[in-house]
Amino acid sequence: MDRFRMIFQYFQSNSESVMNGICGLLALASVKIYTCFDFSCPCLPRYNMAYGLGIMFVPPVALFLCSLILNRQSLVMLEEWRRPQGRRKKDLAVIRYLCSSIMQRAMVAPVVWIIVSLLDGKCLICAFSGSVDPENFVGFANASPVQVQQLLAKVPCKDDELMRNNTSRKAVSRYLRCWSQALGWSILLILIVAAFLARWLRPCFNQATLLQARHWSNYIDIEQKIFEETCCEHSRLFAHKCILHFFESMRQEIKLHSFSLPREGEGAEGEDDLLQGITGQDQVNKLLKMWYYEKPPL
Amino acid sequence: MDKFRMIFQFLQSNQESFMNGICGIMALASAQMYSAFDFNCPCLPRYNQAYGLGILLVPPFILFLLGFVLNNNISMLAEEWRRPQGQRGKDQAVLRYMFCSMAQRAMIAPAVWVSVTLLDGKCITCAFCTSVPVETLGNASHPSLSQGDMKRVLARIPCKEIYDGQELIANEVAIRYLRCISQALGWCFVLLMTTLAFLVRSLRPCFTQAAFLKSRYWSHYIDIERKLFDETCAEHARSFAKVCIQQFFEGMSTDLAAARCHPPRKAPADAGEAAEKLLGITDQGTMNMALKSWHRCKPPLHLHPPALPSGNGWAGEGQPPAHPPVPRRETAAYYSRV
Repeated sequence: MDRFRMIFQYFQSNSESVMNGICGLLALASVKIYTCFDFSCPCLPRYNMAYGLGIMFVPPVALFLCSLILNRQSLVMLEEWRRPQGRRKKDLAVIRYLCSSIMQRAMVAPVVWIIVSLLDGKCLICAFSGSVDPENFVGFANASPVQVQQLLAKVPCKDDELMRNNTSRKAVSRYLRCWSQALGWSILLILIVAAFLARWLRPCFNQATLLQARHWSNYIDIEQKIFEETCCEHSRLFAHKCILHFFESMRQEIKLHSFSLPREGEGAEGEDDLLQGITGQDQVNKLLKMWYYEKPPL
Repeated sequence: MDKFRMIFQFLQSNQESFMNGICGIMALASAQMYSAFDFNCPCLPRYNQAYGLGILLVPPFILFLLGFVLNNNISMLAEEWRRPQGQRGKDQAVLRYMFCSMAQRAMIAPAVWVSVTLLDGKCITCAFCTSVPVETLGNASHPSLSQGDMKRVLARIPCKEIYDGQELIANEVAIRYLRCISQALGWCFVLLMTTLAFLVRSLRPCFTQAAFLKSRYWSHYIDIERKLFDETCAEHARSFAKVCIQQFFEGMSTDLAAARCHPPRKAPADAGEAAEKLLGITDQGTMNMALKSWHRCKPPLHLHPPALPSGNGWAGEGQPPAHPPVPRRETAAYYSRV
């Protein structure tokens, strides 16, 4: 019982911190993947926008789904949602609480990716270089529209032969990066203010309901873990009994067939118990063959 | 038994995390292998595609098989699948569950390899450089080449040092285009895999939860039963060996004493355990003979019940005297020559 109590305490205290840890790891992984990723804008008129916006939005979706997969609570919530009512009522507030806590944690890594890519600027420069107004930039004001599109599309590629020493390219690039970073910092500020307000204002609304929902969601989580633990314990005991029973039945069979003398010695009693009456090579072979060909019924 | 119980508990509770750890290590190993691998595109028309697609598809297949090999439960699955029915019915759902969980874990390292390869772009650039749309990307003013020549020139795109088609289509333009396609494919692949994993994990509670709980319990049970049986057999073998060896030494010492025509010396009552452990063998010659006898003819694998003290020496072999004849399946080939 003592061991179980220790395990309870471990699960109780660490369920939240395990999830927070996974959340943080995914956020770090998101930054790492972004820095390792070799961003290469195609610098072609229609492809730029697709590529730029794709790199900005597709990995966050994948990261979001990854967070949901790695979070154990999402399974708990789904099981609670889909279980038949039976003799236990379903509390929608608990399910809503679980859902919101899962979503909040799952949104961290995608938001980190979006903010890092905006602050870096490459995605937005690639996506919107074809959409700037060429009138504002000296180098592009005098070309024909088709040529302008081609030239603007090549702005993200610094090493392109046409763009290598073009000062207007740098101007467009700086302009777009400025917008990108402004957007990035604004989003970061808004999110932090929203998180701050949510945490501060939450006690003003429905604190009692919230406490209840949190308690019961923890309860469901722990109950499931303990159920799995108990099943493991049970299957271990079941297997133990099954094997002992099997050895016992083999011993009976051997006794039946071999009419051996009753044991009188005291000295080897301990070892003989362990031997279970199986004391010959052919007996062992028969036991092993029986185990393979006819496992005992469950 | 208590120690074994603790170890079983640990293994059982951590079986899943152990397998997840192996899975994660293989995924990291796969990414590391790719970065350590020195990719060399052949830059020849027909070889490019074979090389590029080969590097993209063959290592994942190998990693998938390796994922199965490294999984301890594969032998358990095979055993359960092939065992004769006997008195215990076979549950197909349990077999399916075991196979699915192993396959899911084995899929991770290949998926990582394919994603990293696509996101890097070298394989697709090498494989499809001859299919670049020259009409849209190239210089329109260049005189047209024959099909074969064009392919030969385009095949050299990945090898910048020997590329000679700069007037036809700029090297950087082609590489950027191909890499863009490759990375788009890579991210789509990653999205597809995570969506599939998410669906598999989240649809299960909606449909088959009860069957899933049953299969999971019985697959754990089979695993534990196998381990416990191995443990019990090991314990049994240990006891068997101990008694067998003890009887061998007793037989040796009695036999030698009989050969020297005096009764076996009983250790004095106050000599302690050390004298007991000597088992009556107390000089070099006797020990050598014991070792030689052990090597030349090991005792039969048949333990007799602890013998009552009897006058005629060798009490360590053969059948108990009042044994009614029963059909023996094996011929006795191990009798001692003493």
